Amino acid sequence: MSAPARRIGDVILKLENISLSFGGVKALSDISLDVREHEIRAIIGPNGAGKSSMLNVINGVYHPSAGSVTFKGNTRKQMRPHEAASQGIARTFQNIALFKGMSVLDNLMTGRTLKMKAGFLSQCLYFGPALREELEHRRKVEEIIDFLQIESIRKTPVGRLPYGLQKRVELGRALAAEPEMLLLDEPMAGMNVEEKQDMCRFILDVNDEFGTTIVLIEHDMGVVMDLSDRVVVLDYGRKIGDGTPDEIRTNQAVIDAYLGVKH
Amino acid sequence: MLYRESGQFKTTYTADQAVFPIAQDRWFIAIWVALGFVVVPLFANEYLMRAILIPFVIMALAALGLNLLVGYCGQLSLGTGGFMAVGAYAAYNLCIRVPGLNPIVAFLLAGGCATVVGIVFGIPSLRIKGYYLAVATLASQFFLEWIFNRVPWFTNYTPSGSISAPTLSLFSLKFETPLAKYLLCLTLLVIFAMVAKNLVRGRIGRSWMATRDMDVAAEIIGIRPMYAKLSAFAVSSFYVGVAGALWAFVHLGSWEPAAFDINRSFSILFMVIIGGLGSIVGAFLGAAFITTLPLILNQAPQWIGIPLSTAMISHLEFMIFGALILFFLIVEPLGLARLWRIGKEKLRLWPFPH
Amino acid sequence: MGFFIEVLLGGLMAGVLYSLVALGFVLIFKASGVFNFAQGAMVLFAALTFVRLMEIFNLPMLLALALTVVVMIVLAMVIERIVLRPLVNQPGIALFMATLGISYFLDGFGQAVWGSDVYTLDVGIPKEPLTILGNLFEGGVLIQSEDLVATVVAGLLVAGLALFFQKTRIGRALRAVADDHQAAQSVGIPLNYIWVIVWTVAGLVALVAGIMWGSKLGVQFSLTFVALKALPVLILGGFESILGAIVGGLIIGAGEKLAEIYLGPLVGGGIENWFAYVVALLFLLIRPEGLFGEKHIDRV
Repeated sequence: MSAPARRIGDVILKLENISLSFGGVKALSDISLDVREHEIRAIIGPNGAGKSSMLNVINGVYHPSAGSVTFKGNTRKQMRPHEAASQGIARTFQNIALFKGMSVLDNLMTGRTLKMKAGFLSQCLYFGPALREELEHRRKVEEIIDFLQIESIRKTPVGRLPYGLQKRVELGRALAAEPEMLLLDEPMAGMNVEEKQDMCRFILDVNDEFGTTIVLIEHDMGVVMDLSDRVVVLDYGRKIGDGTPDEIRTNQAVIDAYLGVKH
Repeated sequence: MLYRESGQFKTTYTADQAVFPIAQDRWFIAIWVALGFVVVPLFANEYLMRAILIPFVIMALAALGLNLLVGYCGQLSLGTGGFMAVGAYAAYNLCIRVPGLNPIVAFLLAGGCATVVGIVFGIPSLRIKGYYLAVATLASQFFLEWIFNRVPWFTNYTPSGSISAPTLSLFSLKFETPLAKYLLCLTLLVIFAMVAKNLVRGRIGRSWMATRDMDVAAEIIGIRPMYAKLSAFAVSSFYVGVAGALWAFVHLGSWEPAAFDINRSFSILFMVIIGGLGSIVGAFLGAAFITTLPLILNQAPQWIGIPLSTAMISHLEFMIFGALILFFLIVEPLGLARLWRIGKEKLRLWPFPH
Repeated sequence: MGFFIEVLLGGLMAGVLYSLVALGFVLIFKASGVFNFAQGAMVLFAALTFVRLMEIFNLPMLLALALTVVVMIVLAMVIERIVLRPLVNQPGIALFMATLGISYFLDGFGQAVWGSDVYTLDVGIPKEPLTILGNLFEGGVLIQSEDLVATVVAGLLVAGLALFFQKTRIGRALRAVADDHQAAQSVGIPLNYIWVIVWTVAGLVALVAGIMWGSKLGVQFSLTFVALKALPVLILGGFESILGAIVGGLIIGAGEKLAEIYLGPLVGGGIENWFAYVVALLFLLIRPEGLFGEKHIDRV
């Protein structure tokens, strides 16, 4: 299955000379990469290479010690998480970060937070503007529930769902924000073949239908090669490869560090 | 079988978003409201109202407020007594310094004062979490107790430090009988409970719960921790402040700062935990449990017929109280609200075995 | 200047006494992740048992001490069996409330069994005030011998406990348990046994604290409120740190006394009730985990 041709636009995210350290440990060293609008960009590399840290820098959870992040033309030394969110970046996490005490529907509705404007007093009253807004966003969220086929579990508390479904709900929460760029941290981890196929289909559909730019960390090489437009390879916090899947597949440094050779 | 939802389909989102989507729940609430407003006034005697019902209603309001902060937003606060005191003293000062002030307005303004104080003492929660925050809230408790003890302006320079509430009158109605007081408190409680339920179902409630469950993730999706936490402190303190004003004016009549000491804070926290964190119903159940318990413990030795000294009775009360708390926590750590929900689940099947 | 030193020393030594109580908290928190609100009740219970055993049964001091130690061991076993074991995987707040329940129960039980009067405790600690540094300051500086003894005792205790935690196998197991109950169980650490040990040690620390405070103030119900004073020490020093309990105690003790003497008259006195808390709170704003507490890293 090869990725269909898409209208890939200009650069939407640019990371220049990003370095990040924790105490004495250098998580990222002088990394520069860019992401184009509407593309699917994969970040791969061995464990501990700094992939999640990269995503965390993009979305403001970690602040780099050097370098700059330019998103949609705004350059800054560091992002704050809610700024990233209001600029249109959404993400999922390696170890699911759902709100375990709330239902699936409520979790998805939290994804709509930034779009909800009703003031405090109207919320106290509920009937009236607050209710209208709730319903409007409920309709949008139901579209996502439809899309991800999770109707049957919409009222279930998330803590009770199996791992694969939780990952899907987390994707739903990220989609609920109608993001321009979606950061996915190992969305297929721990899934069986069928679940992976479903998740791939969702990711492709999101990119196709909504034009969302996707940055994806993934270990499954088949998925990476099939889905992505371009791939960047990290190892020990450094970039060792950047290009199309075919270029990466034949890059010697990448083969040595990560891919290995077919026996 | 009684609690089956079968046949109750919602065809619009509006219907699904209703507070009580299940018809049986609507009936249930209607029955309780009828009980509260009609049956009780007809049948309850004065003692029952003064000793049990009025304290229960006021404490339910306080427990509701604290539950919003601790149960829904996950910020552990041990300073509830102090905020009640703010409400009580604010209401007192408003009533005696502003002649002719409508007492309901005084209570609401007192709640407002408690809100301001609550926001100020809630600021540490932006930096501090968990047990550290709980102990930090003790700072507010002790500080507020001290202020009301030491600054004579608050007690209108009363030499004894103990002050009495002026009589309440709304327009030309005088709230002097226990029945009138009870209905006033109950009305306020019902209104506040509805508002709480509305807040909790909407954007603000979700931002509280998200902050409680995983505040880092909440910030990443755009929920600003400052607004979430401080709004929780604000709303919670408002409720607790009004409850404090009611407690002083309606229940105690005359009081001193010790009425709002750390034991009061713990008592309300117990109500919230035993009733069930993160549950509106839980606040009611917990308040009912904790307000009736001391009365039962007090009367029990007489019923059993054992003569005990008052000191011994009070020691036994402590022991039994502690033991019951432990028992509760071991048997159902999620509180009475969870037992309640389990009961409803069982009602789906009863009387059939499966 | 001499007066200032006097107040400072007095405060520091009072602080050591707070540290003794805080130490019990830290031990239990370090080893089981439980915030034991019943520590104050344990201090009172231990002191009461000790004093009353001597009075009622006319036991010699060492025998009464030994018996009290046995009582504290039994208490730890009972608490582990009845409270900790059923609540093993519950969220922290449930365990915290459980310790609150234990605290109420122990208060009532101790007083029901032993009585609720004020009992004087005399274990032979010299009580006369000493005058030191007479050559540096005119008239010398006045300190209480009791406080000096407490300082020495606390110092020995702390050194012993710190060694215990860092160097022994059991100490390591305790730290594992504090980190993650389930993980500790899965490597075969016997949770129940560990908890009995921890609560016993905390109980013994409570006993020492009870004897020190009881000598000073008399054994009475208000001893439980001393525990409330230990809480700001905890949050200043960090919940998991033995060193923090000591340093925190010194800072709080000194700060409190100095504030009472120098700031108190400005605002009408009695600020001891809340000053410690406010100081600790301000420290927390700079370091949210306390001076020596472990930073919590939320990985996403």
